[in-house]
Amino acid sequence: MLIYDISRPGRRAFAQAPYREPSADSLPRRFRRQSPPRLPQVSELEVVRHYTRLSQKNFSIDTHFYPLGSCTMKYNPRGANQLAMLPQFLGRHPLAPDTHGQGVLACLYELQQELAVVTGMDEVALSVMAGAQGELAGVAMIRAYHEARGDTARTEILVPDAAHGTNPATATMCGYKVREIPTGADGDVDMAALDTALGPQTAGIMLTNPSTVGVFERRIQEIAARVHEAGGLLYYDGANLNAILGKARPGDMGFDVIHLNLHKTFSTPHGGGGPGAGAVGVNQRLLPYLPLPRVGQEKGDRYRWLTEADCPESIGRLGTFGGNIGILLRAYAYLRMLGRDGMVRVADYSTLSANYLMKRLQAEGFTVAYPERRASHEFIVSLKKEAKELGVNAMDFAKRLLDLGYHAPTTYFPLLIPEALLIEPTETESKRELDGFVEAMVRIRKEAEEDPDAVKGAPYRLPVRRLDDVRAARDLDLRWEEHS
Amino acid sequence: MTQVPNDLKYTQNHEWVRLEGDGQVTIGVTDHAQESLGDLVFVEPPEAGAIVRAEEACAVVESVKAASDVYTPVSGEVVEINETLADSPELINTDPYGEGWIMRIQLADASELDTLLDAAAYQELIADEG
Repeated sequence: MLIYDISRPGRRAFAQAPYREPSADSLPRRFRRQSPPRLPQVSELEVVRHYTRLSQKNFSIDTHFYPLGSCTMKYNPRGANQLAMLPQFLGRHPLAPDTHGQGVLACLYELQQELAVVTGMDEVALSVMAGAQGELAGVAMIRAYHEARGDTARTEILVPDAAHGTNPATATMCGYKVREIPTGADGDVDMAALDTALGPQTAGIMLTNPSTVGVFERRIQEIAARVHEAGGLLYYDGANLNAILGKARPGDMGFDVIHLNLHKTFSTPHGGGGPGAGAVGVNQRLLPYLPLPRVGQEKGDRYRWLTEADCPESIGRLGTFGGNIGILLRAYAYLRMLGRDGMVRVADYSTLSANYLMKRLQAEGFTVAYPERRASHEFIVSLKKEAKELGVNAMDFAKRLLDLGYHAPTTYFPLLIPEALLIEPTETESKRELDGFVEAMVRIRKEAEEDPDAVKGAPYRLPVRRLDDVRAARDLDLRWEEHS
Repeated sequence: MTQVPNDLKYTQNHEWVRLEGDGQVTIGVTDHAQESLGDLVFVEPPEAGAIVRAEEACAVVESVKAASDVYTPVSGEVVEINETLADSPELINTDPYGEGWIMRIQLADASELDTLLDAAAYQELIADEG
């Protein structure tokens, strides 16, 4: 229900009302509206109840364990939130001159520097608004690099079949043909297939490491050497950086360009579509093409926004002003609270949680996708056996988990594992919470053995029952219309 | 039980091919493919009249789980597409080998058919995949 649905003519809330009647006399008459805006007409108590109820319906990291694989749904520390909400940050106008924003620019500059150090890249730009936009910026830079050298024969981007769907989409958006590289039986990239695919037409490869099947790509340096030898560049998708934060650096692995999901690894709030921050980092080779604006440091610890005049070869701007600065400040506070030692603990505990959960589920008889491999910060359970023997599939388990108070893991991804649940517990969950999740999985399987239809009917305890995915996809209804 | 009719040819990518006997073939996706994809919500066929090359992705099927390319195993001209799929993509779920057909192609090179799998070989392929 939307707040417009409870609107009744004449109802008002006074808490936000102006103290005195504002005057519009200074506006030219032709710019003044003739009719009042269509705002909901509700009392103060109705507003409070409406939004409180909505928040109670929300399944979020603040209310539930949220092991959504590849999304790193970890606790967003309130301290970072508090610091980013200081009035000196909030009150800053985006058009204010740099001299009036030295504090915020200093924070952003330090964030650029720290991210470069922890990823092993030379420079970082923060103004990219989201992960997918970070990918776009990254591949656009690869393109700019080849074009600047007059190397226009490079028309292909290689993408492993386990990649996030955004990777091939990004390559296509940048005008490249996507060539898929299969994953070997051990979860690593199939090297023979890579060799066959590489050639003078290769612009680059997009990789996530640890990969989306939840294992560390062991031959990454060999891959980097071969791609570079063929004249291509390596793009690192930062989706899974949480597993290696402070432990291993994409720059050392041989990557030329990376994007970081600050809203995942650096724990700014996310979900529900944003706002995110997809900072990009590059080595010297791609430095001229970094998107704008970036913060530069000048003599005497003065900071300023770098513009097209400073960086004429930049791929340009991907958003307004300096990006999602509120999010960047939260990431900065998080990073400073952790320090470099703390970042190592993020990697330690996120992989420990994942491996503990994987071993416990295995011990309970669930099938994991790569049992011989150590999990990174996430792992895959395949419910193929349960689907075949009990007729209860990954989606049914996922829906029933919601009933039991656990957000579902990522379902049916990566596509190459049948009936996949991609599970990422993160470092911020306690052992007790992880044990509770195992119990819930075991309970659902027991329910499925006794009465599969009961599980297939889940969820029962949420504000809505099983949604009609097909109708939702085919019969899009996204716009509110007033009932007459 | 997953159906693999004996009178059809198959590809590694889970398309089926029916030889129409007049130099044309009909192509769709297999029962196994529709089972793994789940409920179909959208089908994007090629344009009728398009010239396609073997191994080329020429249609897209989108389900509640994923979007997948459909590859043509043969080269030639697309002579007809199944228009009813635009409104009823679920025909691929309910009748993958019949009303759920996707496109008809006029063969440019009949020898390309030799690379296709027969029903027994395809059966084995999907058994391996489980």
